[in-house]
Amino acid sequence: MTNGATAKDVYLSIENLWKAFGDFLALKDISLDIIDGEFVCFLGPSGCGKTTLLRAIAGLDLQTRGTVTQGGKDISNLPPSERDFGIVFQSYALFPNLTIEKNVAFGLENTGRSKSEIKTRVADLLELVGLPDQGSKYPAQLSGGQQQRIALARAIATHPGLLLLDEPLSALDAKVRVHLRHEIKELQRKLSVTTVMVTHDQEEALALADRIVVMKDGRIVQVGTPTEIYREPANLFVADFIGEMNQIPATSAGPNALNIGGATMTCRTHGFQENAPLVAAIRPEDIIPLGDGDAATETTENAFAVSMHEMEFLGSFWRCRLASERFADRELIADFSINAVRRLEITKGGTLNIELPASRLMAFAQDGE
Amino acid sequence: MNLKSRIAVSFAAVAMSTTALFAGTELTVYTAIEAEDLPRYAATFEAANPDITINWVRDSTGVITAKLLAERDNPQADVVWGLAGTSLLLMKSEGMLEPYAPAGADKLDPKFIDSDTTPSWVGMDAWVAAVCYNTVEAEKAGLTPPSSWKDLLDPQYAGHIIMPNPNSSGTGFLDVSSWLQIFGEDGGWDYMDGLHANIARYTHSGSKPCKLAAAGEIPIGISFAFRGAKSKAAGAPLEIIVPTEGVGWEMEATAIIAGTANEEAAQKLVDFTISMEAMEMYNKGYAVVAIPGVAKPVEHFPDTLLGAMINNDFEWAANNRATILGEWQKRYDGKSDPK
Amino acid sequence: MTDVDIDRLPDGPRIKPKLSRDDVLMRSGMAIIAVYLVVTLALPLYAMLSKSFSTYRFDLTQYELQASDENGAFNDQVFTAAQLNDKLQKFSDLDLSTAADGRLAPSKFFPDFSFRSPVNYRIRNVSEGGRLLVGSTLKTTTDWLELDSNTFRRVQLRPVESTGLDNFKRYFSTPALFNSIKNSLFIALVSTVVTVSLAFWFAYALNRSCMRFKGVFRLVAMAPILVPSLLPGIALVYLFGNQGMIKELLFGASIYGPIGILIGSVFFTFPHAFLIISTALAISDARLYEAATSLRATPWRTFWTVTIPGARYGLISSAIVVFNLVITDFGLPKVIGGQYNVLALDIYKHVIGQQNFQMGAVVSVVLLIPAVFAFAIDRYVQSKQVAQLSARSVAYQPKPNPKADRISLLYCALVGIFIVGILAVCQLAALVKFWPYDMSLSLNNYQFEKMDGGGWGAYYNSIKLGLATAVVGTSVVFFGAYLVEKTTGFRTGRAIFQMFAMLPMAVPGMVLGLAYIFFFNNPSNPFNAIYGTMAILVICSVTHFYTVSHLTAVTALKQMDKEFESVSASLKQPTMKLFARVTVPVSLPAILDISIYLFVNAMTTVSAVVFLASPKTSLASVAVLNMDDAGDIAPAAAMGMMIFYTNAFARIIHLVASKGILKRTQAWKG
Repeated sequence: MTNGATAKDVYLSIENLWKAFGDFLALKDISLDIIDGEFVCFLGPSGCGKTTLLRAIAGLDLQTRGTVTQGGKDISNLPPSERDFGIVFQSYALFPNLTIEKNVAFGLENTGRSKSEIKTRVADLLELVGLPDQGSKYPAQLSGGQQQRIALARAIATHPGLLLLDEPLSALDAKVRVHLRHEIKELQRKLSVTTVMVTHDQEEALALADRIVVMKDGRIVQVGTPTEIYREPANLFVADFIGEMNQIPATSAGPNALNIGGATMTCRTHGFQENAPLVAAIRPEDIIPLGDGDAATETTENAFAVSMHEMEFLGSFWRCRLASERFADRELIADFSINAVRRLEITKGGTLNIELPASRLMAFAQDGE
Repeated sequence: MNLKSRIAVSFAAVAMSTTALFAGTELTVYTAIEAEDLPRYAATFEAANPDITINWVRDSTGVITAKLLAERDNPQADVVWGLAGTSLLLMKSEGMLEPYAPAGADKLDPKFIDSDTTPSWVGMDAWVAAVCYNTVEAEKAGLTPPSSWKDLLDPQYAGHIIMPNPNSSGTGFLDVSSWLQIFGEDGGWDYMDGLHANIARYTHSGSKPCKLAAAGEIPIGISFAFRGAKSKAAGAPLEIIVPTEGVGWEMEATAIIAGTANEEAAQKLVDFTISMEAMEMYNKGYAVVAIPGVAKPVEHFPDTLLGAMINNDFEWAANNRATILGEWQKRYDGKSDPK
Repeated sequence: MTDVDIDRLPDGPRIKPKLSRDDVLMRSGMAIIAVYLVVTLALPLYAMLSKSFSTYRFDLTQYELQASDENGAFNDQVFTAAQLNDKLQKFSDLDLSTAADGRLAPSKFFPDFSFRSPVNYRIRNVSEGGRLLVGSTLKTTTDWLELDSNTFRRVQLRPVESTGLDNFKRYFSTPALFNSIKNSLFIALVSTVVTVSLAFWFAYALNRSCMRFKGVFRLVAMAPILVPSLLPGIALVYLFGNQGMIKELLFGASIYGPIGILIGSVFFTFPHAFLIISTALAISDARLYEAATSLRATPWRTFWTVTIPGARYGLISSAIVVFNLVITDFGLPKVIGGQYNVLALDIYKHVIGQQNFQMGAVVSVVLLIPAVFAFAIDRYVQSKQVAQLSARSVAYQPKPNPKADRISLLYCALVGIFIVGILAVCQLAALVKFWPYDMSLSLNNYQFEKMDGGGWGAYYNSIKLGLATAVVGTSVVFFGAYLVEKTTGFRTGRAIFQMFAMLPMAVPGMVLGLAYIFFFNNPSNPFNAIYGTMAILVICSVTHFYTVSHLTAVTALKQMDKEFESVSASLKQPTMKLFARVTVPVSLPAILDISIYLFVNAMTTVSAVVFLASPKTSLASVAVLNMDDAGDIAPAAAMGMMIFYTNAFARIIHLVASKGILKRTQAWKG
């Protein structure tokens, strides 16, 4: 079993999945295990294959090679109707001519449930998604966020073992998106239904997922918890795609040292050969501002002086653009707390010392892999 | 009696009782008789033969002939009642007609019956070519009435004559074949060359020239007398001219289609079509019927018509039809420049 | 991360999808409709094509002849007809090719033949099954027939059927027939130029001016679609015929001929051109005009650099539609064409007039060529236009310009008067007792029972045909379009189906009708039973008008969320439930559009059904043709106007129904 899941609690298992559209390979040898009750996000830029992977899991677009196992059953070649999942699309795909109640009840019909059972279930579901009084309206009379909740209610109505969400929040405006994000998470926790969500929004993925699957060019680049992905990106692509990341050209100066603009700095252990060109990377919030004077730079590892080019107040912190001859014409971005700025009397146009903590300074190969 | 045969017997019983219930036979009858006469004909026949119902399939002579020939291997008709004799000769030469000597065949004028021992067809009546002449329009155009076919070659009539296209109209063909018989083959074509110069246009149907003359669309329509008489009765300022050289004519005739499933009923119908009652029925519109001496004069028919009927060689006309039509098309259909 | 070559699909079998019951259902549904199209289109066309190669020839080697001396005594010299012909060089190879009813007199092989001579003749078929006539009696045996010269004169040889290019050779060596190609192209081209120009300015006035009564003119412009194409021909007889009300306007020229066909063609093709050009003008981008204004371009320059290029696909497309309609129409040339022969009319003449089905098939093949060619260009242009449509554009809002608006109104009024005038003349003619001698009004011309064409029964049959075509056609077309749009996978099957659905547009109605005779009127065909019934008329009409209906359905289906099927499948609901509960209700406007299109066309079409309507299933549109043919022009006009009122009534019902549905569904449209 891959990715650290154990055989016992794996609910959905994908093995060596390939998808070809003519000569174009949309999925290349994808293997992934998803644990029962887990919330997994497929994250990546458009065209990375995340939606293709989701549709293969649903059976909507069958993979070319490889197997998909759900709940211990090989479902690789089954049509969607013989699989066990509920799905929500970006477009909501609500039936426009049916009322909200009928939309939610659509999947409950012909399943041996009595009319009153269906009615109760629909009422419960509408209650669950916070729209108990909207049952007799038509989809077009609801807002986008409300429609998406109905789509969600319809998808979970039949208690599917797997909930698939295909960019469910992309069509909504920012505020509704954040709000609905929370509700989805809460709902998923309450139902503890295994959920796969496709998104290109890293913030969404970080906020929602138990585990994130980062994809690029039809391949999985990294799988991990949000903190793992954020703190230990597997390569420059992930580092860059998720959160902000300063990138500085450097060369290797030993197993845990870098050479940046002539100065050697200690960094996390990396496997590069001496003098290999690479990219040093550090997140803006990891840069530590130090007090004035040489004392601080001499006693602290990876400390040096920079000039403050630009300061931008972003409410909870200052975003600063720092310049140093070490990075040639490149600027470093650093996020300093309001406290630190006040305490250290940092002003635009002045100079200050900063530290790039060795535990946070990472080295990546240049090509992004 | 086992179960199977028991079912078969009861099935047969049901079938028999159904036949008894609907004792009547339905005859599919192909015809080119004028539409307005059909109900009268059918009613008269069905009054005499209450157990037989007629299903008319009516269209113009050309279409019905085409239909019959197209259905040669899969005939839909039981009887053809009222189709041009020439067309029936074509059917006969295809072996499509069932020979039958109807009761009373001996009374018919020999011209009106197939000469074979058991005749394949019997005639009903004749329609005769004639010229419909609109006196009002002719006067407006300053024309003098023609009295012969040759008169129609006069340049004064240029653009004032309409005749049916023999390629689509039985009447047109009988005109052409009569001219070839009256003037001889070469003389006939010469005549038509001259006439063509005066023709405004050729119509697809045979009655249209007379109807156009009646409506004043054209002063002179070469058509047939029956049509002219009807239009005249309807109030059109028409004179029906019988050219002195003689006029072509065509008979309407009846035949049984070989292989009909309703042979008995078909024979009853053919018997009826040459009965005295039928002749009187035809005589309402047609001045010439198959039994000599029966016909009473018909209103608006010119007296000279009967005498002017040429001694028409139908067999020759039928056998040379394709050649004549091909020649006609070559000569006159190509010159389609509008006048 | 892995040791496999990541950029190459590893060898091995593809995943074979397990088909769900719905998949099987939908694919078999598609297969059934595909088979329907094969049976109702491909096979008949094939039958027609093979008919065009079916020729009749006199096989002179099949006959042996002998002539006696003056005393009636025969020597033992026996010649075949072929030997005699070789000696005399009487008939060329082409002379010996003929039609099914061809006859050849063997007396022509004896130069000194006279029917009065005492010479006797003997003739026989060389093999059993040879065909020769003595008078009207068919002889097929190999026995010698001994005949006196008078009887020998009556002997005729009959042709035998074979296969080859003879028909085409004969066709192209007959100047009269060849001339028709020229005439057809001429009429079609001139009509196209005139109609497209008239329709362009009409559409331009309606889209780009602030004139009044736009709604009225839009309705008037569409009126000709509701009548058979030959109706304007009848009106022209009353307007410009020898007794015409305004025949002086022609300055002595005859309306019977190209002029009449042209005017009539412009009338009946006008709405088609107007609709296409109007759409093209409506989607033009207003921002381009703003740019032109800001660049101080003159209106003339703006017109040529912005308006015309913007509408070019519409113009090309409408030109092709008009060209195709005119070149395949036979009703007008028949009614008003006089001696002016065109291809479509030649087919009719060959089949109906001369019973020469082979030659009819040959002309059909010739007529197919320009039609298919025009169709191909149209498809190409259509695909271009879709790209243009998908660009975001801003609708143009005309600004009032009193002078231009007045000119627009005047122009539209003239066109409107032309259209309304034609219809009004027909109605008037229908009500006049005996034009021009008794101008009192009466309903005599509505006594259709007394005329050719099938009487009032034909009218009711037409309504039946219209309704059946609408119901059957809409079901088949919409269901077929749904299957082809929403079936997943099965790419090749869907592509083939799409091609079949597009094909009917390229086939002229008359060609289709003739092909149906060849295919269905064949006793060995299992579908033979439908020949002569209403069923074949319905099938023929559905097939004839399949393409436009199909495209309408596909467009409507494409606008629907493509994930409905996925959602339904995930909810384990049968696709047919989704189809019935969601797809059909949501597509109802399009479904109604298809129905009315099929109804109106089935009511007005002549070309496709003229060969297929049997007396039991006579049709109003064909009755108009037949009554005119018989010279009953006023009743023909009366019947034509009955069709008009029926279609107008159907359109009103359609409008009310659409409005009603729209209102009812307003709720979910929000």
